[in-house]
Amino acid sequence: MKPFLRLHRLQRLPWSVVCLALGTQGNTEHHQVSLSFRDAALTPTTGEQGPPTPRCPESLSPHVCLRIFPSCLARSAQRQPLRLLRTEAQGAAAGRVRADAPSAAVSRAFASSRGVDIAGLHAQPSTHLLEEVKELFSSLGVDCNILELDQVDEGASVQEALSEITSQRTVPSVFVNRVHVGGCDHTFQAHQSGLLQQLLQQDPAYDYDLIVIGGGSGGLSCAQEAAVLGRKVMVLDFVVPSPRGTAWGLGGTCVNVGCIPKKLMHQAALLGQALTDSRKFGWEYSQQVRHSWATMTEAIQSHIGSLSWSHRLALREKAVTYVNSYGEFVEHHKVKATNEKGQEALYTAAKFVIATGERPRYLGIPGDREYCVTSDDLFSLPYCPGETLVVGASYVALECAGFLAGLGLEVTVMVRSVLLRGFDQEMAEKVGASMQQLGVHFLRKFVPVEVQQLERGLPGRLKVVAKSTEGTETIEGIYNTVLLAIGRDSCTKKLGLEKIGVNVSEKTGKIPVNDEEQTSVPYVYAVGDVLEGKPQLTPVAVQAGKLLARRLFGGRSEKCDYVNVPTVVFTPLEYGCCGYSEEKAGEVYQAENLNVYHTLFWPLEWTVAGRDNNTCYAKIICNKLDNDRVIGFHVLGPNAGEITQGFAAAMKCGLTKQLLDDTIGIHPTFSWLTETSSEPLRPWVLTKMSSLLREQLPLQKTLLPTRSIPVRGIISDPQDEPPSSGCPLAGRPQDLVAPR
Amino acid sequence: MGACRRPALPSGESRQAARHRLECPPSPGHHGRSPWSLWHCLQAKPAGRQCYDLLVIGGGSGGLACAKEAAQLGKKVAVVDYVEPSPRGTRWGLGGTCVNVGCIPKKLMHQAALLGGMIRDAPHYGWGVAQAPHSWATLADAVQNHVKSLNWGHRVQLQDRKVKYFNVKASFVDTHTVCGVSKGGEETLLSAEHIVIATGGRPRYPTHIEGALEYGITSDDLFWLKESPGKTRLADVALECAGLLTGLGLDTTVMIRSVPLRAFDQQMASLVTEHMAGHGTRILRGCAPEKVEKLPGQQLRVTWVDLTSDRKDAGTFDTVLWAIGRVPETASLNLEKAGVHTNPVTGKILVDAQEATSVPHIYAIGDVAEGRPELTPTAIMAGRLLAQRLSGRTSDLMDYSSVPTTVFTPLEYGCVGLSEEAAVARHGEEHVEVYHAFYKPLEFTVPQRDASQCYIKMVCLREPPQLVLGLHFLGPNAGEVIQGFALGIKCGASYQQLMRTVGIHPTCAEEVAKLRISKRSGLDPTVTGC
Repeated sequence: MKPFLRLHRLQRLPWSVVCLALGTQGNTEHHQVSLSFRDAALTPTTGEQGPPTPRCPESLSPHVCLRIFPSCLARSAQRQPLRLLRTEAQGAAAGRVRADAPSAAVSRAFASSRGVDIAGLHAQPSTHLLEEVKELFSSLGVDCNILELDQVDEGASVQEALSEITSQRTVPSVFVNRVHVGGCDHTFQAHQSGLLQQLLQQDPAYDYDLIVIGGGSGGLSCAQEAAVLGRKVMVLDFVVPSPRGTAWGLGGTCVNVGCIPKKLMHQAALLGQALTDSRKFGWEYSQQVRHSWATMTEAIQSHIGSLSWSHRLALREKAVTYVNSYGEFVEHHKVKATNEKGQEALYTAAKFVIATGERPRYLGIPGDREYCVTSDDLFSLPYCPGETLVVGASYVALECAGFLAGLGLEVTVMVRSVLLRGFDQEMAEKVGASMQQLGVHFLRKFVPVEVQQLERGLPGRLKVVAKSTEGTETIEGIYNTVLLAIGRDSCTKKLGLEKIGVNVSEKTGKIPVNDEEQTSVPYVYAVGDVLEGKPQLTPVAVQAGKLLARRLFGGRSEKCDYVNVPTVVFTPLEYGCCGYSEEKAGEVYQAENLNVYHTLFWPLEWTVAGRDNNTCYAKIICNKLDNDRVIGFHVLGPNAGEITQGFAAAMKCGLTKQLLDDTIGIHPTFSWLTETSSEPLRPWVLTKMSSLLREQLPLQKTLLPTRSIPVRGIISDPQDEPPSSGCPLAGRPQDLVAPR
Repeated sequence: MGACRRPALPSGESRQAARHRLECPPSPGHHGRSPWSLWHCLQAKPAGRQCYDLLVIGGGSGGLACAKEAAQLGKKVAVVDYVEPSPRGTRWGLGGTCVNVGCIPKKLMHQAALLGGMIRDAPHYGWGVAQAPHSWATLADAVQNHVKSLNWGHRVQLQDRKVKYFNVKASFVDTHTVCGVSKGGEETLLSAEHIVIATGGRPRYPTHIEGALEYGITSDDLFWLKESPGKTRLADVALECAGLLTGLGLDTTVMIRSVPLRAFDQQMASLVTEHMAGHGTRILRGCAPEKVEKLPGQQLRVTWVDLTSDRKDAGTFDTVLWAIGRVPETASLNLEKAGVHTNPVTGKILVDAQEATSVPHIYAIGDVAEGRPELTPTAIMAGRLLAQRLSGRTSDLMDYSSVPTTVFTPLEYGCVGLSEEAAVARHGEEHVEVYHAFYKPLEFTVPQRDASQCYIKMVCLREPPQLVLGLHFLGPNAGEVIQGFALGIKCGASYQQLMRTVGIHPTCAEEVAKLRISKRSGLDPTVTGC
């Protein structure tokens, strides 16, 4: 592999240069190179052969040192116990280089843990650039170490190494506190944006550069990125067991009780559907197929275990300190970490990131904590839940109800008001209808008031009393399991945030931040689900965490873009969306400025399987005032997740209706249909839709006033005829003759 | 086909021609008809020929789309379609290759094969199901029923749109006139102001190989077989068919003369074949068949030669399927009568950006046109745009660049834009950056499926903002994944823009938005973690 070649070249350089360069570049490259260096460091060398032992690790700051030799510390203890273990006090002396080290000039210039380092050329043509940068720093009252590469031995190879790793080919190359700022222009830009001043002000007086509270997707990505950028980072993660006693390892909600197990159970349910379909496709099996909950959960839990383990491994390899303790602020810059056994420790850091996420909410009615389960428990439930009542209409509720029904269980969903609040309501109702078709019962406008245990057991029997939200009516039902999915509460209550003055929204318990994820206390940041008003999605948290670390420690300025974030609800028929819902778009742009194009479609695979031909649906919302730009994309159908991703990318690139029409589809996939079928110039493509709408028009009108604009156009069209867009839409002749 | 003779005099008008005349009154309200066409029709009327604004030869995807669009825009349109039975006698209805012997039956059988894989996965997810045998007859019946319903659907649509449909074999008489001969030998003369040729192509037979024509079948026959093809040998590139047959549990061998998926990115192509080889398809590379013989008892004996070692080998199979390319259906059209030029090598019709042939009012779309991608949606869109241009609704030309396509091999391969080779050839290696990743779909983890060929590659320009030149995706649901990104590339997506797109977790498509490792860096592109 190539890094080894590169390593070979690097080995000829003073250690400090290498480490510095590695620490300045935020990419995964560092990881592998440092690993191979670690091995090199542990190989005692004699004579000329083999990789040389690093010459002056002592010249490095403790952070860099620990980072370069992370996990070998323990393993190498028997072999070279003292060589690398150094105390903080010794580290403070870093920056001074052993006098006997070769090419001391290079080392001196670049081994400082703090201050400004500039690599440049003494000769023309870049001298004036170097002078300009020097002037800038002297105007800021900062001294800088200057390394004139053409004036020292090995200068050429230093330049080569630096350019290779920082991917800046030119000089001068400016480093502030070991952070690579860039060339002359970049430095001035950084000065203008205030970044330079920020970098210069960083304070080393704490145990850590960064402590992340919460080891979920967002926290881990932020911690790892910061470590890659050369910072000393700690992650505090502690899972408070659910009322039913369920707890899990590192990785947060997504890995343990969220996306991953959910998607796998969804897949299990889809396989059930596939089994039914496969008979029609000629696969012959006669026996009654049963599903084993235990087999499924075991397989899923073992996968989760491996993920959790790989997270720990990744932290260790990146030299992030992981402590399985509950962190809470006790004073400014200081947290108390309490572990399982109640042992406490105090840590300080320059910066903090809160990424504690959320946990399921309970109803606060008699019997809920004692007898009900939540999504925290469901995925590792050791027994089949049996007949289940799902309380709530969040995406968690519908997803769980969907896969439970798909696994053959009787499922009832109790909904207080609307389905999938915050999502496009037309789509939400269609999701509900598709689940109803699958046999999920819905109890609308009821809330539970009491849960009683009738029978113990695995599962037991529970009686649920519910009352109507509109009248005085009460109903009772008997279920094996009651799953609460009424929402989630942020874990911000017991963090000691009030002690340091971090603002928390009283209503939601969430943390308001500015567009740089900064809270009301400047050195405290937050990412992930605890943020107020931001999408609660793993990839968003991962992206936000990574970009935050780069801004804090990498000299970058890119902010997380929360616009046009795609998301998918993994109900049995998946629902993917990106951008605005129709309601929201109407609020923002006014309904009369919108064009809504839509179509029903019938996936080719469903034809032979004999599944329903008017369930899958897609629509796009366009802004008339902006060149018919697509501002909302919604699709309900199989593989909506895979489909929506690309459309989201296209929306990022400024997708318009015209471009959508000009793009050629892939045949026969149904993402093709969603686009060719929404064409205003060819209203007849929408015929199936429009004839369907004709029957439902009153309903459509009351539900969706914005729809009336495009619909009127279609329906008044005298050329209203069956669809022509090719095969899959064509359907059976009887559908064509008499559309529903 | 016998030459069409111009019927002589009004007095000699046959009964059939008289009926045609009654059916073909001068249509009122046909705007845009040139003076020529009126004159021509008036002249022709007594001769019993039928006259149209637009005549489409070939009722496949492109032809039908063009005909329906033109009819929609008020033109008087006729479609001529005739399916010459395959050497094995297979014939089918209206709709062309895609519907009858192409995309549709292929994708359905591909789905059947995928379902087989799902049945194997199911026990890992807790379903108590044992591996099941597969019944070809059930599948073929279901697929054929669906295809027949589509044939019928196309007929109904044409009728609804008042497009006249003739099930006759067409050949040119002059630049504006076509003679159609029905199965029963009856002749019809059709003339039109504009003529669109959309006759598509048919599979090529290696006629130089002894026994190929007598005993081999092609994709024209495969989907209409009532019985399972059994142990099958496929010649040359036929990866989709081989994949689905293997997936249905049949012993399948593919023989490839040189490289698989020649027109595609070769790294992707080799991953595709690697995956198939790893899942039970026997692949013989660098081999050329020499002869096919029938053994007593239905089986076929194939002899081939290994081109590298020159060694001969033989094997016994139930079915031999040729998939060595397609020839355009231009031979019987009498194109020289109309003066339409073809490429002497490929036999395809030469067209310009307007889809016009060497005769300005005769057009060619779809697989029969030289240099066009042989894809259904391209043909459909080209047909529609052509009809719109002919009706003066638009002047937009068909844009054949960045056409996404998917190969439905067991592990699907979707791509859009340039292959790595083409990008390097066009821009030079130093200007091209390739980002790539080997990833593992979440669904593969539980049944511990092998994901070593699940791979994504994005070919970009190296200069910021790193315009995306091509995207290649190998994995489940590749077609669905690539479609949206094709839109993005159409919008001029840059690598940086795509990287700013937030992923959808957990899907395979999100890996595209997470491509960070460039080939140039030499780093391990395997995605780890979640």
